Amino acid sequence: MRNYFRELCVLAALFLMLILLAIFAPNFFELQPLQSRLTAAAPKLLLACGVALVIVAREIDISIGSLFALAGSGAAMAAAAGLSFPAAVAVALIIGLAGGAINGALVAGLRLPSIVVTLATMVIWREGLRLGQQGVFINLPPGTQWFGLSMAAGQGVVCGIAFGTLLLLALATRHLAAGRFIYAVGSDDEAARLAGISPRITRFFVFLLMGFLAGMGAVLNMVQSPQVDPNSGRGLELEAIAAAVVGGVAVTGGRGRLWGVLAGLLLLLCIGPALTYAGVRPYWEKAIQGGIILAAVVADGLRRQR
Amino acid sequence: MTKSFHAVQALKGVSFELREGEVHALLGENGAGKSTLIKVITGAHAPDSGTIEVGGCVVSSLTPVSAHAMGIACIYQQPALFPDLTVTENIGLRLDPPGGLLRVRWGDRRRRASELLQRVGAAISPDSEVRSLSMPEQQLVEIACALGAGARIVIMDEPTASLTLREQRLLFDVVRDLRSRGVGVIYISHRLEEIFALADRVTVLRDGQSVATHDLPKAGAENPSQAGLTEKELIRLMVGRDVQSAGATEPVPAGADRLSLRGIGCASSGVRDVSFSVRSGEVVGLAGLVGAGRTELARILFGITPASSGEILIDGQRVSIHSPLDAIALGIGYVPEDRRRHGLVLEMPVASNISMAVHSSFFRWGWVRRVAESKLADGFIDRLSIKCADSQAAGSSLSGGNQQKVALARWLATKPSVLVLDEPTQGVDVGAKSEIHRIIRDLAREGVAVLVISSDLPEVLQVSDRILVMRGGAVVSELPGGSAPDRVMAAALGKSEVAS
Repeated sequence: MRNYFRELCVLAALFLMLILLAIFAPNFFELQPLQSRLTAAAPKLLLACGVALVIVAREIDISIGSLFALAGSGAAMAAAAGLSFPAAVAVALIIGLAGGAINGALVAGLRLPSIVVTLATMVIWREGLRLGQQGVFINLPPGTQWFGLSMAAGQGVVCGIAFGTLLLLALATRHLAAGRFIYAVGSDDEAARLAGISPRITRFFVFLLMGFLAGMGAVLNMVQSPQVDPNSGRGLELEAIAAAVVGGVAVTGGRGRLWGVLAGLLLLLCIGPALTYAGVRPYWEKAIQGGIILAAVVADGLRRQR
Repeated sequence: MTKSFHAVQALKGVSFELREGEVHALLGENGAGKSTLIKVITGAHAPDSGTIEVGGCVVSSLTPVSAHAMGIACIYQQPALFPDLTVTENIGLRLDPPGGLLRVRWGDRRRRASELLQRVGAAISPDSEVRSLSMPEQQLVEIACALGAGARIVIMDEPTASLTLREQRLLFDVVRDLRSRGVGVIYISHRLEEIFALADRVTVLRDGQSVATHDLPKAGAENPSQAGLTEKELIRLMVGRDVQSAGATEPVPAGADRLSLRGIGCASSGVRDVSFSVRSGEVVGLAGLVGAGRTELARILFGITPASSGEILIDGQRVSIHSPLDAIALGIGYVPEDRRRHGLVLEMPVASNISMAVHSSFFRWGWVRRVAESKLADGFIDRLSIKCADSQAAGSSLSGGNQQKVALARWLATKPSVLVLDEPTQGVDVGAKSEIHRIIRDLAREGVAVLVISSDLPEVLQVSDRILVMRGGAVVSELPGGSAPDRVMAAALGKSEVAS
């Protein structure tokens, strides 16, 4: 775990990108648009951290985009029905925990492949929500947006919560015994078991944490607008997984750092604005993001072969 | 012929010849070099020196493909067939040239498959899926493949390990039939009676060298003493006379029974009715051949595959062990066999590896104190003289012997009262080996009850106060430490005591 090379590569790429932006598009660094961009990315950061830990444990969760929408819609409905804001937050978190627990119980308890389990729950949450809500936006009661604060202060709180959570998680994975177990289980299930670690409980816990973070992300998303779109979070799972992989989380499990994930997410986020400022048509954004993901995976593959 | 792996010389000067139409048995202890020799013959490994001749021509380089082309076929203990395909498809995949775009002539394939199956006397439909076949039937399919490929040399690696007596007899008939067709068969088995019943000659390997090649009496011959040698002599050859029964260790004054097993059995792993005790301060060696149930017993003790019958007592108290966590809580440590895969997490630093079992309880939300952890690790690095850059070096950067010491340190850190070591010195160089032996003796002196599983006979004899021999999932014999190696080997092979 001493080898920071992979994370340093991402950081270097990120800095290179920022320098290019500073030279060719100094507008990028204007405070207000930058602040808005970071705030919009805050929920993504939480989901990317969660899915990074899931991948470290050598599992995958593609249901998080749907769970994110479900938790957000649930919380919005609770708030619209007259519940207090803290109660609505609790609803989002409970929905997230429940979704994570279901995935965890099926994957860890029955040892089913996580790709299939979370594919199924992804479809179920999404289609269930579509059936129930018919795509109608849910209006939030006044005073919910930006926690009832001014926009600037609200944005600060949203970013603060996201970064604070990242910091806590990064410290926990490094300094809590439980954090180590995730890496040990992802490295080698049997070796972990022989060291007295329960892979089953560890995996369940990782999915539970993932669900909780999806619920949190939904709250941070909800407070950013006066309405909640039940179709939100489409493709979010792919963005989160991409950030984790670009940030140096090994798809083979057992390796990865959360601050690398942050760098990976920021790198991917820079591409859209960079293209806009460079005058390239924005259709290229996804293609270039795909290219970066491919490059990250190929680099890992080449390193492993050596 | 020689072959080295890293520092370990697996084959040092083996000569072996196989005549046409003979069954040549290959015999030796675990680790004597049988598997390596087979891998060289099948082209999986290239020898470092020496020559191979097939049919009088020197073969310069043997690859799996060229070995196959020269008619060398190997039938392993576990048939290497595709379980989801039918017999016809399996035989086709082996025998047909790999032309991906050629049309498969299913009729021809089927006809050939049933013809081959008939030749080996198997009543198997060529359309049945391999998954649905029994183990001996799968072996027959393998032999059919070998026949179909026109094999002149067939290697059989412990083919009867999982067969019933009736199936064995069928297999023997097939082997005799092969012999009468002029095929040379190399037959590896630990069962001496099979070798006497089937083989024409036997070569004994020991420590990577061919010790002797002898003719065996023709099966059913009236006068067995005529040409061949007896079982007793064979066992002597396998063990070697030069192994001194090393009584080097002074017996530790043993304490009370620390660990007792009473009638332990486990249906799924084949361990049957095992009863013994280990006293505190005692080193007990578990000897036996591969597959005798030693590792399986260790896994029961550590709660990985819990026992289905019998009881375990620790310090006279009945305990139930259903998971490794239970075992750790009871003060049992287990250093597993495959250290690279299971003994430690290679990606993690030495310090985390050592502290791992200490806080393995998930719900102990311990904050890992880095300073305390490094101190713990440094203590063990010092005490076991582990050679590494520092306690933050990755486990993968260490040599095999030092990795093993880290795996040991992980369990010493839990301050166990019972320690189970599975093959503690496998693939470790000589220096580290004697250090590990010293650590084991030191532990016993501190009052730990140690159970050592090892296929290295001299090691078991040297390090143990008492030796239990396992065979077929049961403890078949108990011998004092420093016993003669041939007595242990005889018990492991299931022979009555050999008079020494």
